[in-house]
Amino acid sequence: MADVTVGVVVFPGSNCDHDTEYAVGSFSGIKPVMLWHNDHDLQGSKAIILPGGFSYGDYLRAGSIARFSPIMQEVIEFARKGFPVLGICNGFQVLLESGLLEGALSRNRDKKFLCCQTTLKAVNCSTIFTSLYKQDDLLSIPIAHGQGNYFAPQEVIESLEEHDQIVFKYTDASGLVTDEANPNGSLRNIAGIINRQGNVLGLMPHPERASEQSLGSLDGRPLFESLFRHIAGV
Amino acid sequence: MAYTAKIKVTLRQSILDVQGKAVEHALKNLGYHTVESARIGKYIEVTINEEELLQAERICNEISQKLLSNPVMENYSFELEQVN
Repeated sequence: MADVTVGVVVFPGSNCDHDTEYAVGSFSGIKPVMLWHNDHDLQGSKAIILPGGFSYGDYLRAGSIARFSPIMQEVIEFARKGFPVLGICNGFQVLLESGLLEGALSRNRDKKFLCCQTTLKAVNCSTIFTSLYKQDDLLSIPIAHGQGNYFAPQEVIESLEEHDQIVFKYTDASGLVTDEANPNGSLRNIAGIINRQGNVLGLMPHPERASEQSLGSLDGRPLFESLFRHIAGV
Repeated sequence: MAYTAKIKVTLRQSILDVQGKAVEHALKNLGYHTVESARIGKYIEVTINEEELLQAERICNEISQKLLSNPVMENYSFELEQVN
């Protein structure tokens, strides 16, 4: 059977694109293709990943200019048709700016760029991205961002809760959702959300940096594997 | 005819402005004890080639909403000046 193609978008300033390509390529039957921001062709991708980095230097606002790049018009159309799109870190910021996900990410509350391991709780394991986790699994996955402070108006937050759209939360090592365990000030310790249709996921932590034992954690791997099983139909 | 749009984008009051807070603390450390707060925003100048003021205003509103500000966390305002 031919390999299933997964597109990794490359914006000027993306810097986790090759890490993501490497992680994606480590799954048998999956072939990553790099999609340049100025192109319109998704090259037959069955899923699209927007990687981390600093697209367009984070000018104006993180993700705001990437959102209008040629490839994003195709990605938005692809997402609207119901195909899977995953945004990691800067990719999450791009998804919010695109309106594919609701809310915004502002600067971390303690002003620092944070690069550290976090504990995440998988609070919704019935998505195509999290089906291989068990409900409330605790995951060790790193973050690396300066603007990851998730904000949305109260009614949006309530709607996210009501429709089970919060997928990952920052917790302490025992799984408690506490303020101390919240690295960046995100409302309700939100680390990742999914759209109502269930095909667009954005998260600040980097699963591609937790996909190999030598990196210290394998906890990001089931996220990719869940998605790839879904698109490969196995 | 052209207009210069002087556009200000500011974080909504409900959003914590960590850059503004850092500046506020620095000003207080410098001894400016009457400084109560500081907030940081963005100032963007855009030159628009349009004959009609109304049309330039419409473009300003459109670009501010579409790209220059994020309505989830920011407000914008602008002034238009005619240039020759």
